[in-house]
Amino acid sequence: MATASETPHIALTLRDHLPILQVLIPLCVAPLIVLLGGRRMAWGLAFLASALSLVVSFLLMMQVMDGSFISYHLGGWAPPVGIEYRIDAANAFVLFLISLTATLVVPFALRSVADEIPARSHTLFYACFTLVLTGLLGVVATGDAFNVFVFLEISSLSTYVLVSQGLYRDKRALSAAYDYLIMGTIGATFFVIGIGFLYMTTGTLNMADMAERLVGQGDNRTVQAAFAFIVVGMGLKVAIYPLHLWLPAAYNYAPSAVTVFLAATSTKAAVYVLLRFMFSVFQPEFVFDTNLLLWILAPFALLAMFAASLIAVFQTNFKRMLAYSSIAQIGYMLLGISLFSVTGLSATMVHLFNHGITKAALFMAVGALVLRSGNTFYDRIEGMGRVMPLTGAAVVLGGLSLIGVPGTAGFISKWVLVQAAFEADLWWIALLIVASSLLAVIYMWRVIEVLYLHTPHPEAIHKEAPLSMVIPMWIAAGACVWFGIDTSLTMGAANTAAIGLMGGTDGMALTPTVGGLLGNGH
Amino acid sequence: MTLEFFIGHINYWLFIVLMMTGFYIVVACGNLVKKVVGLNIFQVAVFMLYISISKVTGGTAPIFPIDRMGKIKADPEIVYSNPLPHVLILTAIVVGIATTSLALALIVRIREAYNTIEEDDILEIDARTARAENIIHGEAMGGRA
Amino acid sequence: MDTNTLIFLALLLPVLAMFGNMAFARQDNLRDGFTFVCAILTFGAVLGVLGNLGNSTSEEITLLEMLPGLQIALQVEPLGLMFALVASGLWIVTHIYGLGYMRGNKEKHHARFFACFSVAISAAIGIAFSANLLTLFLFYEVLTVSTYPLVAHKGTPEAIRGARTYLGVLIGTSIALFLTAIIWTYTLAGTLDFVPGGILQGKVEGLLVPILLGLFAFGIGKAALMPFHRWLPAAMVAPTPVSALLHAVAVVKAGVFTMLKVGVYTFGIDFLADTGASDWLMWIAAYTILASSIVAYQQDNLKRRLAYSTVSQLSYVTLGLALATQMGVMGGALQIAMHAMGKITLFMCAGAIYVATHKSNISEMKGLGRSMPFTYIAFLIGALSIIGLPPLGGSWSKWLLMVGAADADHKIMIGVLMASSLLSLSYLLPVVAQGFFSSSPANPYNGIKEAPAFCYIPPVFTAIGCVILFLYAGTLVEFLTPMLGVPQ
Repeated sequence: MATASETPHIALTLRDHLPILQVLIPLCVAPLIVLLGGRRMAWGLAFLASALSLVVSFLLMMQVMDGSFISYHLGGWAPPVGIEYRIDAANAFVLFLISLTATLVVPFALRSVADEIPARSHTLFYACFTLVLTGLLGVVATGDAFNVFVFLEISSLSTYVLVSQGLYRDKRALSAAYDYLIMGTIGATFFVIGIGFLYMTTGTLNMADMAERLVGQGDNRTVQAAFAFIVVGMGLKVAIYPLHLWLPAAYNYAPSAVTVFLAATSTKAAVYVLLRFMFSVFQPEFVFDTNLLLWILAPFALLAMFAASLIAVFQTNFKRMLAYSSIAQIGYMLLGISLFSVTGLSATMVHLFNHGITKAALFMAVGALVLRSGNTFYDRIEGMGRVMPLTGAAVVLGGLSLIGVPGTAGFISKWVLVQAAFEADLWWIALLIVASSLLAVIYMWRVIEVLYLHTPHPEAIHKEAPLSMVIPMWIAAGACVWFGIDTSLTMGAANTAAIGLMGGTDGMALTPTVGGLLGNGH
Repeated sequence: MTLEFFIGHINYWLFIVLMMTGFYIVVACGNLVKKVVGLNIFQVAVFMLYISISKVTGGTAPIFPIDRMGKIKADPEIVYSNPLPHVLILTAIVVGIATTSLALALIVRIREAYNTIEEDDILEIDARTARAENIIHGEAMGGRA
Repeated sequence: MDTNTLIFLALLLPVLAMFGNMAFARQDNLRDGFTFVCAILTFGAVLGVLGNLGNSTSEEITLLEMLPGLQIALQVEPLGLMFALVASGLWIVTHIYGLGYMRGNKEKHHARFFACFSVAISAAIGIAFSANLLTLFLFYEVLTVSTYPLVAHKGTPEAIRGARTYLGVLIGTSIALFLTAIIWTYTLAGTLDFVPGGILQGKVEGLLVPILLGLFAFGIGKAALMPFHRWLPAAMVAPTPVSALLHAVAVVKAGVFTMLKVGVYTFGIDFLADTGASDWLMWIAAYTILASSIVAYQQDNLKRRLAYSTVSQLSYVTLGLALATQMGVMGGALQIAMHAMGKITLFMCAGAIYVATHKSNISEMKGLGRSMPFTYIAFLIGALSIIGLPPLGGSWSKWLLMVGAADADHKIMIGVLMASSLLSLSYLLPVVAQGFFSSSPANPYNGIKEAPAFCYIPPVFTAIGCVILFLYAGTLVEFLTPMLGVPQ
């Protein structure tokens, strides 16, 4: 723990190596899949990798739930010279979300991918999937700024490939993947420019070290430019409202399993990086007092919540509608950041998780509908809730969570977010938050009416989805309810993470001693 | 702004010019391959920025002499340039190459599927497909799409 | 059995009935018999709670902690116990009636219908036994969602449109306003528990009090305060048992019950009276009472007329609260029970007429009274109770409300109440008068032709209930007194 920097780093047990294993397992499995080659084997290995990651992330999260952190030195080189992996409540929570989703998506993918992608591509598909997982876990686990960029590109490049695999169903997947590639690369390059500027100012790449050296540098133009580049660069990956153009097409045309994984994790990992840089590397005071970020971020967040929701209302394709809804939900997370308080950040962190599982459940239902109906245009999925009762019920549960009905995970996020707005005395923002969730009622209820109140389309296959899809879908849907009722895990982790983040540089370096604002949930 | 300031920051000026050139090509060119070229120029500009800042005035290549025992025998008199940005950019170049090759591969597939690599044509084809979909699936939902 | 077990039983038996309905979807008699047993046991459990507690308040049972510091918890107090008694008792009657109606009318999807019905009852009992606003809100939304399939039951475009309005208004108001108000209250007071005397005293002042009250009053869409009353007439597309139990008893009463709970246990009557924060609400309630009575007068569809009458009668409760006097609140509380008994009678009669003759417009019902005497006499008794004439239950609540208005020195409200009584006289009695005294060639008298026994006996029972409530109103008032926080 904290003594690591004083004594030579000696990792004795496997437990000490957990931070690197988190990234290393999928990283090693990916080439293994390609080398072994078999289709079944590929699926099995991908599942093994994600299940092991889940175990590792859970163990990590249990270690840091009390607000402490783990510092792991790669190759025994002490930071700031060597690369450091640093796990605290904030990123352990995101690691858990990512590996949980992966573990659910791989079983789901078995039938979905077999249906949507020709057999010869399966091995490479799972290899790419494992690489995306590696990249996302790496982005979140690492404490080294340049390492973030490298992992970001590992995950992005593999994601472009995965998105393009939708071409067997719709050739627009190719142009979507290309657009995503161009925008993603520009975003990543902006991010690198930002890191370059920070390196010029501080001479270090270790995020904790960087944070210490940035104290009092608020007036430095280079630092300000670095901040702008990093926020815009990550903003592209997060799909902050005006930078979201790649998202609807990429989500819509990617294979169903890929969409599930992307929607639940990739933007979330990017939100995490944004948070990490805004709050831990830069001083929160620098970000908010100097630059009045509230007045820059909040309008975009509100715009996303309303404009994207409104677009979602008028969609006639379930999958595309959910993509726009995702943009709107990212607005909520951004709003939580812009409120600049422990409660606001808790809302962002908890919504990151809750929205992840909600969208996972919904996009899995989309995958099941694609399998049976061919596509998810409203006229094709009419009445499918009646012939696929389990899938239909999962849509209802996910939809209720998206709306934020009490008893679901979405309610918890909304509650905390509105509470944060009231605490900041911004009651009009509170009203706008709830008003925008009314739009969610409209677009979700349209789908539910379509699913239940019409007779099924004659060309659709009138059969429930296979168990390999229904079970992961219901684990996600069940999680929407579970985490809406028992919030000790999610709110506990989110709250600890928020306190750590609000601690700024201190949060990066020390174990926070401040008690939880919402009480500690562990 | 004095001339001295201008010349003293020459690497930054060049970086900005190169970066904006690349960025402009990405945005303005309709040809998908040219966009990739623009993207490359854009990235190379950033590489240049990193490399140029690692230069220490009067510094030489950071290669330490080693004595017979294999120990580093650094001469404190000698000024070395910073090697770290070079290392970083090696990684970034690898990433850049991967991006370029992936983009080119995608373009090949786009050419096979769309029979064109001009963005305008692709958008046109996509829009036509979307219109057709709206007619089929939109009208069934009450004419909205 | 101890009280806690009984409380859980009252909540879980309807859920068991839902599972029974799903499991025995195809065996009609077994399924309906099972639900009936569950209904009786549920009522028995609530009675057991009554026997154990009397009108004292039970200990708080914490089920789980939803958010740090915010529990899902149950607690029984007199007002909630009365609401639970009304809901579970009338469930038995409505279930019998529902069997007659659904079979006699050849409706489809019986299992789905009765399953959703059971969930709605469980949610209503949950609302009644909630120990804090969060728990109440949770059950409130369960009630909304579970009744949606009931409103959309017929699946016709008209039903779907009605259900959309229903859900839109109820979810919309509750999430946009009610939830905001709850979170705001939590931020101000740091707790959401129901405490006699309220939790907001000294925590909020000035113009914010009426604004917060407004968020609550309009956010509780189920109380059908104008302009958020549209869902109630829209919900009339549902089969009549739904209109009878849910839209005369469970759902709407859950709304006004929540209103009373918020007024008495969150704001506190004294706080409202001191700040005068509820004055504007009184005028809105008065407006709703009169305006919807006038609208009711113009409706030809019997169920829609009854729906608007419900809107009007619900605002009596809101008015009682807004008067912020003890008598007013007591009158409002009594109105919950009295109106439930009267209005369910009227709806069941309307359904019985529909099953027997397939007529739903009043103008087509001339002369039906002679062939359906039981139904029409029950209707007459129910109508007189709604109007507020002795010796029927409705007269007491109206009397107390008028006393409350006098106490609060708002004499004009007495006039409003009297005008409303006259209006309800003029839109309810003609139905009966036409039935007995006019004749129409479309409805020749061919001997007594009642609806199936399951359809007309339940309203006769509830009509008798109206008389019994008149006789025992004093006991009820005594029972409810602890709610006001005055020493007995």
